[in-house]
Amino acid sequence: MGVLVARQVTKRFGGLQALNKIDLDVKENSIYSVIGPNGAGKTTFFNCVTGFYTPEEGEILLDGKNITGLSPDRVTQMGISRTYQNIRLFKNMTSVENILVGMHPHLKSGLIGGILRNRATVQEETEAFEEARRLLRFVGLRGQGDMMASSLPYGAQRRLEIARALASKPKLLLLDEPTAGMNPSETQEMVHFIRRLRDELGITVLLIEHQMRVVMTISDKISVLDFGEKIAEGTAADIQNNPHVIEAYLGRGAASGLGKSETQPSAAD
Amino acid sequence: MQTQDIQSPWKHVMQAGLLGGTIGVLLSLVGMVTAFSQRFIISGLFTMGQVIFLAPILLMAYFAIRRVSPQTNQRVISMGLLAGFAGGVALAILLIIGRLVNLQAMFINASAALYRILAFGQEFVPGLLILLVVSTVMGGLAGVIFILPQRLRTAIIQGLVWVTLVGLLRDLIVTVTTRWGPLAGLFRALFASSGLTLIGAVIVFALITAIYYWRAGQPAGRISLFDFRASSNKTPLIRWLTIGAIIVILLLLPPILGLFFSNILNVVMMYMLMGLGLNIVVGFAGLLDLGYVAFFAIGAYTMGVLTSPELNANPMTYWQALPFAVIVCVVAGVILGLPVLKMRGDYLAIVTLGFGEIVRLLALSDWLRPWLGGSQGIQLIAQPSLGNQILNTQQELYYLFLIGVGIVAFIAWRLRDSRVGRTWMALREDEDVAVAMGINHVTTKLMAFATGALFSGIAGTIFAAQLQSVYPHSMNFLVSINVLSLIIIGGMGSIPGVFVGALVLMGLPELLREFAEFRYLVYGALLMAMMLIRPEGLWPEARRRLELHESIEPTAAVHPESGVATEQTGT
Repeated sequence: MGVLVARQVTKRFGGLQALNKIDLDVKENSIYSVIGPNGAGKTTFFNCVTGFYTPEEGEILLDGKNITGLSPDRVTQMGISRTYQNIRLFKNMTSVENILVGMHPHLKSGLIGGILRNRATVQEETEAFEEARRLLRFVGLRGQGDMMASSLPYGAQRRLEIARALASKPKLLLLDEPTAGMNPSETQEMVHFIRRLRDELGITVLLIEHQMRVVMTISDKISVLDFGEKIAEGTAADIQNNPHVIEAYLGRGAASGLGKSETQPSAAD
Repeated sequence: MQTQDIQSPWKHVMQAGLLGGTIGVLLSLVGMVTAFSQRFIISGLFTMGQVIFLAPILLMAYFAIRRVSPQTNQRVISMGLLAGFAGGVALAILLIIGRLVNLQAMFINASAALYRILAFGQEFVPGLLILLVVSTVMGGLAGVIFILPQRLRTAIIQGLVWVTLVGLLRDLIVTVTTRWGPLAGLFRALFASSGLTLIGAVIVFALITAIYYWRAGQPAGRISLFDFRASSNKTPLIRWLTIGAIIVILLLLPPILGLFFSNILNVVMMYMLMGLGLNIVVGFAGLLDLGYVAFFAIGAYTMGVLTSPELNANPMTYWQALPFAVIVCVVAGVILGLPVLKMRGDYLAIVTLGFGEIVRLLALSDWLRPWLGGSQGIQLIAQPSLGNQILNTQQELYYLFLIGVGIVAFIAWRLRDSRVGRTWMALREDEDVAVAMGINHVTTKLMAFATGALFSGIAGTIFAAQLQSVYPHSMNFLVSINVLSLIIIGGMGSIPGVFVGALVLMGLPELLREFAEFRYLVYGALLMAMMLIRPEGLWPEARRRLELHESIEPTAAVHPESGVATEQTGT
């Protein structure tokens, strides 16, 4: 059984069936991608995993423990952290402060400690700060800790958001379209970076991604959602040749004609 | 917008001048010009009243010219003159109408005195001409200032502003400097009985202009001795010396300033206390609280109830009652915080507004009269003592305020840079994400409300002790608005901003009694101007340089993105 297991997860918004009986099994130390056309339910699924939504049916297990319906902060403490489709950094705080907020669950000092700055607080803050700098270096933002998050370039903001997510020491990291709006070279960088997350930190990555080139190169396994249903699952090669997937992206007529073209579907977004 | 300006720059400039003149007319009709007509900037020559109706023309002309950016100097000057003339026409129309119709039925300030000021003390026809000429010259002056090179322009503008300020603050400066021995004579020579002497004005203008001109030529980084924002880069010794000097000056202020100015300082510091508290709630945690006066009232009333022999068989001393007042305020902060936890933005503002009114109405009510004194308030509140010394004069209470502000500012400073401060800011920036990061928004928000309430409550206790009495009517909504305004003017979330804001909004109107009447008019104008020109406030928060050491590392600059980009391109 994998790190994250979803069983029959179902989420409705009024009459809209956003997720219908989704099953998912993410193996430890792997990169798992969820793809699908716009409105397929990918982000809804992320929100169910991270506790922003509570699914109506089904259950979600992290390391065998049921996390269905837990509040977002509890889910974070259990070891899942995420980034957002539209970057949601704390804009008027510095890069280091953003990361320090990410470490929040691991820090203890309170109101009194903050005022008195006793030895324990100072030591904790120093260590946290060192750790934040280490994370900044890891994501390639060395020396930019004092920059306001809002004044960082776009790609750097994406990486800072990941650094903030890493600060809570997650087992599982959910990345919601990490390469959205990036140019090819930035995208390439991000691909290597996601690999490093898996290889160097041993983190399991669950990914929503639209750029097919990215998905096909880095994913160990891929699920395809369409209208809230999982229509396919498998390795990159399986998915590329799956007629259901091509149909979902390009329509019924295209399914017979386009067999193996791997980059075509990205035109669909 | 832009193309329209280019099509008819002359029209734009003329409209701006007319608008400036209309502002002058408005300020005349509300009475500001008359009120300030006795306050000389340059003795016998130039009053604040004249500044008030001429400055808008100058400013509007300058901004219009800057917007249009004419090509040749000749055009700049002509446009300035046109704008000035247009402004003069607006004022002249007021004079003419005032002569034909009795405006005083509608505008009580449209008096003969006002017309005399607008006509520069002359008869109607020559006065009208002088007004037009002076206004036109003002517009021309705006043009001249625009033509000057940047460095000189800034210096001259600063010089003009400083002359106005120094002239206005004549009383304060003369009082402070009387004890400076030989220097006192020098300062007395600069000033007349009201405002600067002509020679004094020239000296101040030349001095300030020279300083600013010289400073602009200095390389960046070692700009000013007084720039505290840069102080973190200085050696610890210099920093401690600066802090020590400031403390000594602060301790010596009351005897230097005398009773009247100490009283003003006390008002300013009371608002600093409240501002520091509200700054935590609004500036740090982003919770818009419009009922902040409630905690001030609760602090003051707790002090009153516990220490006044009127209501209490065993009255306490100030210091005995203080801990209770503090606890009551913290509890009140939590009580307000609990129901509003889920509210954001407008809703929060409305509920807190209601809370403030509820507290005031409870204090006023007959129902609680036996305990809180109703509209009569509470008298005979204990005065604080230090050792055997009872602090009962304004100058002695100054020290109590000073200690209060010192402690509270220290706490605010420490909290801002702590884990708690970060969680407040994270909640302000994005509550959903902050909660997802594991921040408990309940305790975090309650802590912000409680800390803010605590600071305001301390201000309330000192206020009660200062007057030895509290009345419900001093706890009105305007106190909340004042505190909020001073935070906005100073700079949201900035601690030095609170000090600056309190000095500007509370200190200046007290120093210039004429302002008192127009306080809220000026506040409104100031707030609008700030939002348009400098939305970050007078002294915005300077972010600490947390990572100073790392950024100096030589490798840092070479390849900021190395680790990710270069090594693994082959894969």
